[in-house]
Amino acid sequence: MIGIIDYGMGNLHSVFNAVKKYDENCIISSDVQESEACDKLVLPGVGAFPDCMENLHNTKLFEPIKKWVLEDKKPILGICLGMQAMFESSEEKGFTLGFGFLKGKVIRMKEEGLRIPHIGWNQLEVNTEHPRAFLIEQKPYVYYVHSYYAHDYDPEDCIGYSYYGKSIIVPGLFNKDNIYASQFHPEKSGEDGLRILEYFIKEA
Amino acid sequence: MLSKRIIPCLDVKNGKVVKGVNFIGLKEVGDPVELAKEYYKQGADELVFLDITATHEHRDTMVEVVKQVASQIYIPFTVGGGIKTIEDIKKILRAGADKISLNSAAVKNPELIQEGAKMFGNQCIVLAVDGRKREDGSGWNVVIHGGRIDTGLDALDWIKKGVELGAGEILLTSMDADGTKQGFDIEFCKAVRDIVEVPVIASGGCGSLEHFAEVFEKEAADAALAASLFHYGELTVGDVHKYLKERGIEVRSC
Repeated sequence: MIGIIDYGMGNLHSVFNAVKKYDENCIISSDVQESEACDKLVLPGVGAFPDCMENLHNTKLFEPIKKWVLEDKKPILGICLGMQAMFESSEEKGFTLGFGFLKGKVIRMKEEGLRIPHIGWNQLEVNTEHPRAFLIEQKPYVYYVHSYYAHDYDPEDCIGYSYYGKSIIVPGLFNKDNIYASQFHPEKSGEDGLRILEYFIKEA
Repeated sequence: MLSKRIIPCLDVKNGKVVKGVNFIGLKEVGDPVELAKEYYKQGADELVFLDITATHEHRDTMVEVVKQVASQIYIPFTVGGGIKTIEDIKKILRAGADKISLNSAAVKNPELIQEGAKMFGNQCIVLAVDGRKREDGSGWNVVIHGGRIDTGLDALDWIKKGVELGAGEILLTSMDADGTKQGFDIEFCKAVRDIVEVPVIASGGCGSLEHFAEVFEKEAADAALAASLFHYGELTVGDVHKYLKERGIEVRSC
């Protein structure tokens, strides 16, 4: 059973609808015990990074999720802001610590003349060295909405990335052991996005 | 690179799509859910549903439509029309929409943009602006209620303010171009795109493949919306993508 974590950061219904396609019993939950009964977790989220971490602490979900991922080694998928939370820190509205499951920090996109946020469909380039490269081998277009992105990450963790503007490389999809993270919205990226979700739900 | 988006728009009245539709093989031509699925298959980058239901009783019909659409298509979709309060926004988002477009209600109550953006994120709030060129040609005024009322507000000022309040995208309809099939209003779109960083969706006037190319080649928009062109089956989204790709414009292939 997949548990979609509800910690007060935005609209979870799209994620729920897409996950339900592959797991009829999936639940949306803000309850620690209920989440712990799940086989896999999805951490969605839109909004600002500091609010995201604050809500995770306030809802008392931070420590259980940490234990779930680091000790129990159960699979987790972070989407958009949920992906950013997997990294060490973010510079959005100051400096805030994340879970630190993945090496790297989240920084603001900056480039002269660049339109921010990065909204829309962008193509994924593949890190062919990654064992999960097959997930995106056809270089699909995926749907992004964000202004911050992961930086200084371990290239070995990154499955795919997109080019934006003249110089920015936006990492789109990560996997390290039981940790999966996607900056784009697989639940809103058509059949190509669903394929990634399906893999996480059935195979991860 | 970021691709240009092609967005079919469906006008829905009492739960049915209005304006003619003649897709072959659709079970019920006026069914918004069937039509949404067809556009999804064609490769639409996004969809917009505009609820033009006049009476309050039928509002919940739209919520039902949204629920069904949300469980069958996996691309972003926006719902607009008749949304006046935070409660309305909540209801539609809960039903599964990704974005809400605000038009007249935002003009009357700009705080709605701010509250909505704060509660659901800027990416959820699309500011829809209908503009018409002033007679002296000095700029554009915001018109509401389907163009019947000229608010006297300068469109560029209003859009700037809307973005400051938290609108994450602008859906810009030129009332001068709308229905003409003579092409998008490049001048208006460009003027708006020059003053905001958020994406601009051009709407109104599209009558051919060439018009899609023009609005992108002139860097006047990030996305283009069309209704009747798609509904009447004159073009498919796939046709538009293919044509734009041949012209060297970045579009999604799926």
